[in-house]
Amino acid sequence: MTQTRTVRRPSGGAVAEGVPAIELDGLTKSFGAVRAVRGIDLTVQPGEVVAFLGPNGAGKTTTVDMVLGLCRPDEGRVRVHGLEPGQAVRRGLVAAVMQTGGLLKDLSVEETLRLTASLFADTRPVAEVLERAGIADIADRRVGKCSGGQQQRLRFAMALLPDPELLVLDEPTTGMDVGGRRDFWAAIREDAARGRTVVFATHYLEEADAYADRVVLVSHGRVVADGTAAQVKSLVSGRTVRATLPGADVPALQAIPGVEDVEVRGDSVLVSSRDSDVVLRHLLNHTAARDLEVTARGLEDAFISLTSEGAQS
Amino acid sequence: MTTADLTATERSVPPLGGFNATLLRLELRRMLRNRRTVVFSVVMPVVFFLLFGTGRSYSDESAGHGNVAAFIMVSMALYGAMLSTTGGGAMVAVERSQGWSRQLRLTPLTSTAYIAVKVLVAMLLGGLSVAVTYTAGALTGAQMDSSVWVVTALAVWVGSLVFAAFGVFMGYLLPSENVMQILGPGLALFAFLGGLFVPLEQMSATFRTIAHLTPMYGLNEVVHAPLTGDAPGWTAVVNVAFWLAVFVGGAVWRFGRDTARV
Repeated sequence: MTQTRTVRRPSGGAVAEGVPAIELDGLTKSFGAVRAVRGIDLTVQPGEVVAFLGPNGAGKTTTVDMVLGLCRPDEGRVRVHGLEPGQAVRRGLVAAVMQTGGLLKDLSVEETLRLTASLFADTRPVAEVLERAGIADIADRRVGKCSGGQQQRLRFAMALLPDPELLVLDEPTTGMDVGGRRDFWAAIREDAARGRTVVFATHYLEEADAYADRVVLVSHGRVVADGTAAQVKSLVSGRTVRATLPGADVPALQAIPGVEDVEVRGDSVLVSSRDSDVVLRHLLNHTAARDLEVTARGLEDAFISLTSEGAQS
Repeated sequence: MTTADLTATERSVPPLGGFNATLLRLELRRMLRNRRTVVFSVVMPVVFFLLFGTGRSYSDESAGHGNVAAFIMVSMALYGAMLSTTGGGAMVAVERSQGWSRQLRLTPLTSTAYIAVKVLVAMLLGGLSVAVTYTAGALTGAQMDSSVWVVTALAVWVGSLVFAAFGVFMGYLLPSENVMQILGPGLALFAFLGGLFVPLEQMSATFRTIAHLTPMYGLNEVVHAPLTGDAPGWTAVVNVAFWLAVFVGGAVWRFGRDTARV
């Protein structure tokens, strides 16, 4: 379902497209000695579905908190649809699905939604968001008796109430089983198809790949890559071949097609490559390498290599 | 049905910082749904009154403008109101530990409106506790001049604001879901030292001196004054003013720090 959308400025009157949904300018945030966010610049346009991808501790949640006005940056500026985060929240322009907590166990699902709805100037009907989040059948259930997945759908329903322009999700599927995860994303995807801007933080590459148009890779409090899912995926794919090879000819190894990095550690050599088969063939046919091991390069390794590259440049 | 259906003018901030009747009603229902809260705040004071206030040799003795049963009824109503309002205020701790306060920061509800609701719900529960204890008293032989019924009930209810402030203060100070299990023994001690259970005149001089400094003493003296006909001593009045200032000041201080994190 495609639809043309007018972007509106909440102060009144329709305005031209061009006011970004999110504008982050030189954002930094430290907690004591820990520099959680070290200068993030990012612009998200209305209608984009953006994944904020990074390992735990990359600064994703801190950045999300600053977008939502839950914490204040040490330096830099946050604008949500041209407004301060708090202003945007009070007008229902932005809503969020947080990772955990944020629910009262002794209310029912429907009561939670009615309470939340009562706080906003304008909301969608409770029955409608129950339906869209797929929890109409458990409306009368106490929140404390709901499964993790059901609670997450309730958080999603709560976020839908103000009919926000921007929906922010912070690691929304943590602790869900595969089925729950798939159903949850199906609901989000359906919602995004209606034209809502969606930004979600995740440390699952598969989630970013499957659901985002754009992936922003974050590591050590910085954006280290920003592009389509395919572009970012190619950055983090590949394998590492490890072998015992005294006196390895490093330039020869680097010349193998697909090789990205060669590291010598004593008698061992580690070759990172997009095509490990070629590396193995070379090592076995042309060198005295033994004890060969092939490991899939995890996201974690990719982040490390990207970050060190970033630090060098 | 998309966001585009809403016109720009509908993107507004709600009045009164988000405070509304639905919120108040749901909060009250939530409070009454908690069995432990209801037992401690409403049932227990009545049980204590029936145990210690009625059918005793002293129950019908005069206590000024009423009988001793009425005197004990006022004490127990104050005890119930103290438990109710402290518990209501301390809900802040439960909601903080469950992450609800954080969730509320993603809504237009202002911190001030939030605290106003907490205090209001605490006071409504306190009012219920006083009403139930007074009804039990009226049905089981407590006697007072009719104006004294009204004046003491109001004094107990309004006075329990001190403990609503105490509850909010503790709610911000103790980040625990089981805040009332921590506060419960403390409140019992306050009640005991305040002379709610045993008249302080029966205690040693040293004990009395210590008791006069505790937060329940002054309020207990003040709410009984219309019944006994004795004006409350200045120590009692100073006691109430002092503890009210401490608890409100503490609550405002912690509340300010909490919202400053935004």
